[in-house]
Amino acid sequence: MIRVESIYKSFEGKSVLRNISTEFLKGQTNLIIGRSGSGKTVLLKSIVGLHEVDEGNIFYDDRNFTIMKPKVRKKLRQEMGMVFQGGALFDSLSVAENVRFPLDMFTNQTHAEKEKQVAFCLERVNISPEAFNLSPAEISGGMQKRVAIARAISLNPKYLFCDEPNSGLDPETSIVIDSLIHEITTDLNITTIINTHDMNSVMEIGDKILFISEGEMCWEGNKTEILHAENKKLQEFVFANRQYKEMRDARLGNEA
Amino acid sequence: MNFFYHAGRYFSLLAKVFSRPERHRIYLKRLFTEIEALGLDSVGIVVVISIFMGGIITLQLAYNMVNPFLPTYLVGLGNRDTQILEFSSTIMALIMAGKIGSNITSEIGSMRVTEQIDSLEIMGVNPASYLILPKIIAVVFIFPFLYVLSVFFGIIGGLLVGPGVGAITAAEYLNGVQYSFVPYYVTFSLIKSLFFGFLVASVPAYFGYFVEGGAFEVGAASTRAVVSTNILILVFDLILTQLLL
Repeated sequence: MIRVESIYKSFEGKSVLRNISTEFLKGQTNLIIGRSGSGKTVLLKSIVGLHEVDEGNIFYDDRNFTIMKPKVRKKLRQEMGMVFQGGALFDSLSVAENVRFPLDMFTNQTHAEKEKQVAFCLERVNISPEAFNLSPAEISGGMQKRVAIARAISLNPKYLFCDEPNSGLDPETSIVIDSLIHEITTDLNITTIINTHDMNSVMEIGDKILFISEGEMCWEGNKTEILHAENKKLQEFVFANRQYKEMRDARLGNEA
Repeated sequence: MNFFYHAGRYFSLLAKVFSRPERHRIYLKRLFTEIEALGLDSVGIVVVISIFMGGIITLQLAYNMVNPFLPTYLVGLGNRDTQILEFSSTIMALIMAGKIGSNITSEIGSMRVTEQIDSLEIMGVNPASYLILPKIIAVVFIFPFLYVLSVFFGIIGGLLVGPGVGAITAAEYLNGVQYSFVPYYVTFSLIKSLFFGFLVASVPAYFGYFVEGGAFEVGAASTRAVVSTNILILVFDLILTQLLL
């Protein structure tokens, strides 16, 4: 479980996050949604410590991340996995080497054990062995995202973070990635936080949803509640896609 | 103010770079890769430039020393000392700042803008140390070898071109090369090459590490890195020459 308490963040005097407080639960896919520029990525990067918050606290299972000493924080990072928007795979390493990298850095496993874990993680995300030795540049965007997920779970993390995992992917591949993240979250019983503005993802895997607008938390709930939420900004965001307005109207019609 | 800002950030980055590595074995592996990529791959260009420059310096000395009272062996001596004192250490470092420096900035800068550095940080790896330390050690290690190689081929260049075009005989040239040799000049230049190696790796790494934006900014950072490294090389050349000669 990850808990954020009253966090504030600004860049060069410009306030980006204001008074955000919430809990991200274990075994659930927690989604942070909002328009581009609403502060989603800053919030996610503040939670993982890539940005230092100006005020407030972030707790990882009651461990206060904001006041942690660098050494302790470094240790905690080994419990985290992150999937970046562009995949962020290391260009100089092959697919298998990318997944093996955290194992090389932080475990004392034998070569055979590492190979087994690499194969397990890559098979978990449906990457065939023929692709193991290819470089990231030789595989598709969807495969890069899957390899990034495999790398993120290679150390069996307790916390998984995904920054817009579907950006640049076609709808079909997006569904595959969403399902994969959801499966991993429930199978491994980990706390997953996903940053997205993809409403399909919200409706597919949104166990918990946090809506942010202009740096402020406007609404939280789940995928069944989101279509009926009264929040005006949220409605504008959700119903920008007519499909969801029709879905809500149909539901209301059925209930009537 | 801008200078102090960059200087402060540069030294705080160096403090991170020289912190304890996570896994020595992995760093060692990276060190050998960097020695090959940054050092051994530079051997060809060092040899070619040194041969040509040695030949050109020899010709210019031979054609300009028209005074009959000046002994002809001074041509060989002049080329040797130019190579030993300035060309193979300073000028070669300026050239390497262009080749190696821009490579380091663009590699690290690209990793920054594609979030690969953030990715390392999230894993708990010290990205500054993991990415920059092997490069600094590799370049500092390889620079003295490149210096020796450059001096050797610079002198060979003079030997090929001077007698080749009839500007001087081979015997006169070789006599000059061996005349009044001061071994300390080599020591002095080897010390300079260590300093220059450090600058050529660390300054471009700094510019790459803190780049913000996209491909355009990475290109601009490469240019700034090469210009800054060149200026620092010349400043340190002046300081070290004053201190050590």
